[in-house]
Amino acid sequence: MVDQSAVGRSFTPVTACVEPGRLRFFLNTLGEQNPVYRGAQAARNAGYAAIPVPPTYLFCLEMMDAERPFEFLTDLDIDLARVLHGEQRFTYHAPVVVGDILTFKSRVTGITDKKGGAMTLVVVETAVTNQHGAHIADTARTIVVRNEGAI
Amino acid sequence: MSETATDRPVLGERIVHKTFPPITRHTLALYCGASGDHNPIHVDIDFARAAGFPDVFSHGMLVMAYLGQALTDAVAPDRIRSFSTRFAAITQLGARLTCEGHVIERIEHGGERRARLALTTKDENGETKLAGEAIIAL
Repeated sequence: MVDQSAVGRSFTPVTACVEPGRLRFFLNTLGEQNPVYRGAQAARNAGYAAIPVPPTYLFCLEMMDAERPFEFLTDLDIDLARVLHGEQRFTYHAPVVVGDILTFKSRVTGITDKKGGAMTLVVVETAVTNQHGAHIADTARTIVVRNEGAI
Repeated sequence: MSETATDRPVLGERIVHKTFPPITRHTLALYCGASGDHNPIHVDIDFARAAGFPDVFSHGMLVMAYLGQALTDAVAPDRIRSFSTRFAAITQLGARLTCEGHVIERIEHGGERRARLALTTKDENGETKLAGEAIIAL
């Protein structure tokens, strides 16, 4: 079981740069061919200052540049082998493009036991700001913890 | 900019539709590196078995990335206001995914015309893996 008193706990902020080579690796892995992601000129023609990032890439940036990518699991004493991703939400306030430097600040906003304690849902919300101090996105992940004795 | 199908969406219209090649072990290994999600449960069969699973399985966020790709094929990235999914079932190796999005509501927020899309990702057997929604600016 996950300790309910962890609600409100915050974690070490993560700063991540949107690097073109790492982004290209992600695009290639996904077979992404959309011209807006593949060339700076196409991106500028579409009105972006530089190549924009795909909609789920914020999640990756936070994990790639975290000193301890699974900090919230270890801090909450949750075994990595017992977690599944339950839900994910992104709310976008401004575009993110190559060259941006983003800061992710995460905190636990919910811990709920389900199915008589067989599983626990942990919600972590993250506010994302850029190098200009603009609040560019909010994300929320729900992690499902399979508790001991459950499948 | 030329007018696209998403400028005047019709309720019920399917504006997002894309299929993807089968998910291989190689895909999972590449996504592990490309995403920064190094959870061994997706790439190390010994770890997956010790955790009670028959084999490795896809990162939920890989499946959501495919859905995001299908979405931005139809809607420019800067017109997406929100994007959310529930991970309904584990996506197994070999899954051939189909992503779809239908217009379910037209709304206005702060003077901006928007549409709500219902999104799904299903495998080749029609099993829903992701169910979610996006709010897009029109």
